Amino acid sequence: MKVESYVLLFVGIFFGFVGLAYWLMSHEDAGSVMLLGTFLLGCVPGGYYLWWSRRMSPRPSDNPKASLRDGAGVVGAFPGSSIWPFVLGLGATFVGLALVFGAWTLAVGLFLAVAALVGVVYESRRGGLV
Amino acid sequence: MTLLAERPAVFDEGPAHEHEAGPSGFLKWVTSTDHKVIGKNYTVTALVFFLMAGAMALLIRAQLASPDSTLLSQHTYNEMFTMHGSLMIYLFVGPVSFGGLANYIVPLQIGAPDMAFPRLNALSYWLYLGGGSLMMMGFLTTGSAADFGWVAYAPLSNSINTPGAGPDLWIVALVLTGFSAIFTGVNLVTTIYYLRAPGMTMFRMPIFTWNMLVTGILILIAFPVFTSALVLLWCDRHLGAHIFEVSGGGVPVLWQDLFWFFGHPEVYILALPFFGIVTDVIAVFSRKPIFGYRGMVFATISIAALSTSVWAHHMFTTGVVLLPFFSLMSYLIAVPTGIKFFNWIGTMWRGSVKFDTPMLFCVGFLATFLIGGVSGILLASPPVDFATHDTYFVVAHFHSVVMALVMGAFAGFFYWYPKMTGRMLREGLGKLSFWLMFIGTNVTFDPQYLLGLKGMPRRIAEYAASDGFTTLNRISSAGAVLLFLAVLVFLVNAFVSWWKPIPAGDNPWDASSLEWATTSPPPHHNFLRIPPIRSQRPVWDHNHPEDRILDHARPRRPGLVASVGGGTVLLKDVGLDGPNASDAGELDR
Repeated sequence: MKVESYVLLFVGIFFGFVGLAYWLMSHEDAGSVMLLGTFLLGCVPGGYYLWWSRRMSPRPSDNPKASLRDGAGVVGAFPGSSIWPFVLGLGATFVGLALVFGAWTLAVGLFLAVAALVGVVYESRRGGLV
Repeated sequence: MTLLAERPAVFDEGPAHEHEAGPSGFLKWVTSTDHKVIGKNYTVTALVFFLMAGAMALLIRAQLASPDSTLLSQHTYNEMFTMHGSLMIYLFVGPVSFGGLANYIVPLQIGAPDMAFPRLNALSYWLYLGGGSLMMMGFLTTGSAADFGWVAYAPLSNSINTPGAGPDLWIVALVLTGFSAIFTGVNLVTTIYYLRAPGMTMFRMPIFTWNMLVTGILILIAFPVFTSALVLLWCDRHLGAHIFEVSGGGVPVLWQDLFWFFGHPEVYILALPFFGIVTDVIAVFSRKPIFGYRGMVFATISIAALSTSVWAHHMFTTGVVLLPFFSLMSYLIAVPTGIKFFNWIGTMWRGSVKFDTPMLFCVGFLATFLIGGVSGILLASPPVDFATHDTYFVVAHFHSVVMALVMGAFAGFFYWYPKMTGRMLREGLGKLSFWLMFIGTNVTFDPQYLLGLKGMPRRIAEYAASDGFTTLNRISSAGAVLLFLAVLVFLVNAFVSWWKPIPAGDNPWDASSLEWATTSPPPHHNFLRIPPIRSQRPVWDHNHPEDRILDHARPRRPGLVASVGGGTVLLKDVGLDGPNASDAGELDR
């Protein structure tokens, strides 16, 4: 987990310095705020990973000497075929159409999107482990 | 139904039961959450958008082939270059890499059963397809499709200058594809962080996977800015928000700031995946490990970081940006990119290079990208940029870059097509499409550098015969025909491989990364067996027991064996023994 956190922390630290330099040189708002956001985007998850990497034992995928047996067995639960992503995508597209034409497609889009969200949740419950 | 993915414990011993594969046919296409099906859907959809955008490019070149041309009206011409750019950038080059090839290949390269969030992955695809359809729907509206250029600069993009449903559809479409890209970015980063096989440490991942990780992070930096900017633009157009309009106290340049804070990282979101493909393909076809593996990783991260701090070099001529800062940062990108070139050449150096089609496309990539990159360094200089901004010099620069990326994409298609379909593409036809594309690219875009220097502005539908642009434009249009033929030959190639298949086998290229350990195409949840992972080249180590396992994580010792060229030599044989051997150990990485 350490390398993973360093990658993100590098992003944070780099944009911390760049953002500071940019602000001092230009006093321009928009760019400085975006660089500040990027600084946080690196530091927050990077710090979280670093915090965890010091508290957990290395995973088999962090250990260069790990044998395949160390990681054998269940990796995780992966949802099988599902119609709901398609329905949600269709719903979002119809909502998008409504933003342009302001028409009845909004009702269709919202109905599909809500139906899909409900469907996904129930599907996950039936599957048990997600 | 939820499936538990199991990872096999040993090589040559499959799990006890076969996984359920789900429905087939049309229902499979609509309901699948398998990253391989989604990856293929993405690739094919992106190729369809590529063909549409290519047809628009041909119309543009036909219009410009002669002076005072009346083939297209000025208005139609505006639609054509806008939609050509939008389709190519937003719907082809990006999605084909992070949605198509990466979706398919990254889980295979790290030994994962699927992407981390399979249903989110499927949603990404449907949002992308929905967004793409909305954008094309602009052609069906009574007004027109979007015609404000792919950058949609304010105030041209407000509701007075470009009214109608077409531009609105363009905005909404990009909000949808923006979310699609963000979801894919989240998925890629999570997959790479959490689903690697045992022994697959970060510094054993193939460079393609590394680059997709960095691309994923870049997507998370860049796309949210763009998506929110589009929402603001929509508010300006429909709710009278005046964010980008001077009349209400807004700031038009703010749009450029927001757009290019996305737009420049976007260039590297497009480029990094293909850098990764090229790195891996060059190593495989030079039959050597990657030269300077860690250097490649650090170069990728540096390029990504720098690319997010140079956005305003697109805005030099606005007169309100910090020229020295952005110019310096733009120049700095040349350093990690130079490291990459050095390492690509170092990988080929003294290797036994096989010029199969993927390798040819990579060499074409190197040459074309060098032209685009060096002209980019020129443009990073504000005085040069003031003179050439919005001329064909800039058009030629970024088309050299993007055509290099397209060659990288074709290298990826030819390299992974056997894995994705179980069939080979024909070498002869492949080489023909390479030469057509390589020559076509240079014939089309090299004259445009000269046109730019002669002062031809971009985005003009007509020029007069007295301008002196005619000959160079003719040459450029002729090159576009060659590019058309190159793509046509590729389609014929794909058709032939379907019509009379040549079975590929698991590992037709004798490649080294983990995707070649499984069958072609891979089974559901990807692996029935995994070789032990002891270096960056697990499959090579398994298939070539005579070679030393070269893991850079190993402590360096004098007398280290380096794999140079076809065989192996001791470093001391080439005079690199002693205290310097630890530095020289980098030779074999």
